[in-house]
Amino acid sequence: MEKNEALKKFLLRLGDNALIQGHRLSEWCSRGPMLEEDIALSNLALDNIGRAQAFLDYAGHFYSNPQSADDLAFKRSERQYYNFLMAELPVGHFGYTIAKQLYISAYEELLFEALTQSTDDTIAAIAHKAVKEARYHFSHAADWCVRLGLGTAESHDKLGSAMSDLWAYTQEFFEMTDGDLQLLQLGIAPDQNQIKKVWTDKVNKVFMRAGYVMPGECHQYSGSQQGVHTEYLGHLLCEMQYLQRSHPQAAW
Amino acid sequence: MVSIVASNPKAVMELLDQIPDPEIPVVSIREMGILRDVQINEKTCTVTITPTYTACPAMGAIADDIKALLKSHGFTKVVVNTVLSPAWTTDWMSESTRQKLRSFGIAPPAHKACDQWTTELTRINCPRCGSNNTSVISKFGSTACKSLMRCEECKEPFDYFKCH
Repeated sequence: MEKNEALKKFLLRLGDNALIQGHRLSEWCSRGPMLEEDIALSNLALDNIGRAQAFLDYAGHFYSNPQSADDLAFKRSERQYYNFLMAELPVGHFGYTIAKQLYISAYEELLFEALTQSTDDTIAAIAHKAVKEARYHFSHAADWCVRLGLGTAESHDKLGSAMSDLWAYTQEFFEMTDGDLQLLQLGIAPDQNQIKKVWTDKVNKVFMRAGYVMPGECHQYSGSQQGVHTEYLGHLLCEMQYLQRSHPQAAW
Repeated sequence: MVSIVASNPKAVMELLDQIPDPEIPVVSIREMGILRDVQINEKTCTVTITPTYTACPAMGAIADDIKALLKSHGFTKVVVNTVLSPAWTTDWMSESTRQKLRSFGIAPPAHKACDQWTTELTRINCPRCGSNNTSVISKFGSTACKSLMRCEECKEPFDYFKCH
């Protein structure tokens, strides 16, 4: 694979993860369990959407016919999206969102830490900003895991089943395509195997603090690297892209 | 109107120091470290700014304010560029900026950048009464850059500017 093609795909994955996760989190706006959490989840959504804009804007440079971040967000179809399956899963109840946030933000903190060392200056610049935000996201999720895990029997059970259901979507984070291996050689992308080790330890510490045992090996879902998604992404895109598709070129 | 500042980047910097941060009007975009550079090439003025947070929604308003102000001072073309590197940090705030935040009711960042970010929400002084008997209400506040805190002495809630 040509280097630029590999880089484009890598950037789309970073951008799509942020965009889809940001869109899901934004669904909490005005529906949070309490005002402070409503604001917190909306803040997390905003950070993600800003990050999506930065990565998609850069990805757009690698198309023969350059694309804007908006073009990429609003004009690609489901099969052209490369976000993690976990990001597109519905927000569920509050504990389910927190479990998603725990897994994803723990990964992102480590990913962006590694990407600050990327030999690609633009990726390193975005990562320098994103890592600071991801640290807050992780600390928010970890605090809530402890609070719900050590809370009532109901909160413990609800978070516990969410963490255990979502475990089947975690190992996909660490998949590396041939293109990613090529970018690793060039010092652009990180080694996901290294990240996986630290991630497992980081997440396990939260499990222990919150009074849970980390799930063992189980069936793992996969497919997003090939653009194969769950049934949920199409519905999400229908809503997110509706305006641009009904009124092409609409701007404000 | 063509003013004297039109040929001098340093004078333009000082002029732009009038533009307040849209979210925290007591400090300017220069004091916040958002304003990074000014270049002048004949009638074109290129201003470089950097966002505090990646998704800072105030960037559009800031760019509009810069363009309007410079055009009223004789520049026919104003270009506003956004850069991400070096990444904005609260370490760029001067002591006088921090004092302005405090008098506006926002506790300034208590530490250098993020080295102590996990413990940073302890021992934050209340900007109203100065007590350090304070607690966190929520790590995410009214804007991306702030947390919401409460003073246990004077019982008032207040914003804390997160170290970043």
